[in-house]
Amino acid sequence: MPEQGALTTPSQTVGPFYALPDGLLWPDGPEVVAPGAPGAILLRGTVFDGAGEPVPDAVLEIWQADERGRFAHHADPRGAAGSFQGFGRCGTDPRGGFWFRTVKPGPLPTPDGRTEAPHLDVTVLARGMLQRLVTRVYFPDEAAANAADPVLSTVEEERRGTLVAVAEPDGLRFDVRLQGDGETVFFEL
Amino acid sequence: MSMLLPHYPPDTASHPPLDSAEYRSSALRYPKQPLRLLPQYLTEVTGPLLGHDRVGEHDHDLTAGHAGEPMGERIVVSGRVLDSGGKPVPHTLLELWQANSAGRYLHSGDRHPAPLDPNFTGVGRAMTDADGHYRFVTIKPGAYPWRNHDNAWRPAHLHFSLFGQAFTQRLITQMYFPGDPLFGQDPIFNSVRDPAARDRMISRFDLASTVPEWALSYKFDIVLRGAHATPFEDDEEDDD
Repeated sequence: MPEQGALTTPSQTVGPFYALPDGLLWPDGPEVVAPGAPGAILLRGTVFDGAGEPVPDAVLEIWQADERGRFAHHADPRGAAGSFQGFGRCGTDPRGGFWFRTVKPGPLPTPDGRTEAPHLDVTVLARGMLQRLVTRVYFPDEAAANAADPVLSTVEEERRGTLVAVAEPDGLRFDVRLQGDGETVFFEL
Repeated sequence: MSMLLPHYPPDTASHPPLDSAEYRSSALRYPKQPLRLLPQYLTEVTGPLLGHDRVGEHDHDLTAGHAGEPMGERIVVSGRVLDSGGKPVPHTLLELWQANSAGRYLHSGDRHPAPLDPNFTGVGRAMTDADGHYRFVTIKPGAYPWRNHDNAWRPAHLHFSLFGQAFTQRLITQMYFPGDPLFGQDPIFNSVRDPAARDRMISRFDLASTVPEWALSYKFDIVLRGAHATPFEDDEEDDD
């Protein structure tokens, strides 16, 4: 298909009022898997702005493969797999906090024969953001796979940690820093 | 291993910069480090295929579901969701949210001293059909003041959220109304630098879609990034 065609509709901010009753936020939005599901992980974090203040009006979305590294999607050339939803959405609370209950995805093959470490893709939306930000969450118990990951390994070592969740007694923590000290690595897609 | 994946080229010229100084809320919320290029691997070319279990029969009609009729000018908003290759995006979820006809959101953070409407929540959902068509019935929202700059007012607008078929296609945008006198002073609308790109956020009055003696109509087509042919192929295929 040639490059020509229609140009895209521009992005605009989600604004502060996406959280209307029965609006963007679904009650079960953060629950990618049910509470008792095997392998369920609680992933929590806080979004901070450039002044280090929590961002109470952000919404995060995650998208990921299932435990075997498969997607319920027609573009997966290995064949659409299962019914795993793979999607979660959570608005931040007044203290900037968000959470998801999900499972660790499997590793993924790349078209050029390498292997991606288990990861989640993340969209961050908020008032003040004219386009969404995109980042990734990697897992702290995958040191060898993370070191070989074709995306993570291109990030300078001192910033790589911003993409790896931190193990806590009851789950994982992944904080998002939009700007300044410890700024999260964000991606152009 | 050889895998054939779609590729979604970016349209960088159409979108606003994250660091748009005139939009003051952006100041502490844009990354100062350059963005890293994310290759389009499996996670990026797939995406949540949401909708059918999330959209009720009447969710496209924001004027329904309450005891009475909402106040304001009833409108039909319809159009197609297409990709930049010109193909319709079928069976994809659209989410819409907006202020009421007085310019007030049903949200605890909205301090604009305009009335709430007991018959208007301001949220709708719809799926595109097999040809990418969608249709909402709603109320034209009012303009409202905000504190970005002296005497700042937002032009009337609807917020739209779309997923498309892949993580790369996710889009949040705003639909504006033709001829709005507030365009010139709005830093969110004008954060899109290209006038032709701004024009793509403005709906068209559409007499043909009006409902006589009931509702005026606006047409708004939404274009997401298009999937191009496979970038990764075996060397053996270069055999001519």
